[in-house]
Amino acid sequence: MDVAAATKLGAGIAVIALAGVGIGIGNIFSALVTSIARNPAARDQVFGLGILGFALTEAVALFALLIAFLILFT
Amino acid sequence: MAGPTASWLTFTQANIIMVIGAGLVLWLLYYGAKPRAVVPGRLQAAAELSHDFIYRMAIDQIGPEGKAYFPFVFTLFFFVLMGNLLGLIPFSFTYTSHIAVTAALALMVIVIVTIVALREHGLKFFTYFFPDGAPVFLAPLIVPIEVISYLSRPVSLSIRLFANMVAGHVMFAVFASFVVMLGGASILGAVGAAFPLAINVVLMGFELLVAALQAYVFAILTCIYLHDAVHLH
Repeated sequence: MDVAAATKLGAGIAVIALAGVGIGIGNIFSALVTSIARNPAARDQVFGLGILGFALTEAVALFALLIAFLILFT
Repeated sequence: MAGPTASWLTFTQANIIMVIGAGLVLWLLYYGAKPRAVVPGRLQAAAELSHDFIYRMAIDQIGPEGKAYFPFVFTLFFFVLMGNLLGLIPFSFTYTSHIAVTAALALMVIVIVTIVALREHGLKFFTYFFPDGAPVFLAPLIVPIEVISYLSRPVSLSIRLFANMVAGHVMFAVFASFVVMLGGASILGAVGAAFPLAINVVLMGFELLVAALQAYVFAILTCIYLHDAVHLH
């Protein structure tokens, strides 16, 4: 296999991590919706936590994206 | 002529935006706090809301001791927020999209957190790496894990902000290049170019959200680390 093709494949493989991130973000927001539906009064406190969890999970996606960019463009 | 060291120290575009951002925050706080009206006007309300928002965050996360660290968190939040927001202005520059800037900020946070922890607890700080109640024979396993997770904090803190900003701006660039490519193709392509342009407009709204969110995350993680430093667990 020549290097250019392997680079493209490697970048593609690097972003497989996004599958886990998708599951994680889905989990976070499903839990957020459930908890707000059960106790709407807690919305203000729970919402901040949910957003924090979203940002921390999204960071994993961006690490993968960063690796993909590094593989592609360096 | 500048010497070999001084020739590196050029005043770059990033520095200009940093100065503008810091100036904007100072302007908001100075002219926002100036009227001292009981019923605040818009500018005063903005200044008071931003103050109260970060103040409540610091107190909620760190505890009553958070009052002492509030100015630090406030400065960090607004420096990052201004970097993210000013970077969204076309032809501007996002200094938080440089790993050098975010890594410097994250290292500063972690050094300050460690100093705070050492000042508050002295050498008892090192019990942080071994949780209470854990079986002693697990120490060879737990202590390295805790040390590594402590040391990886600045890495994740800096890369999160940097990668968010870079990814957002790369998305802009990708869709903008679609506009150029389609626009150059034919008449039909020029009509089709409206779609990536529309996506870019939507992305701008999304990036405004991300800019505020990442500044918030940076500040709240700093608060959480400070909480660990002040309370040890």
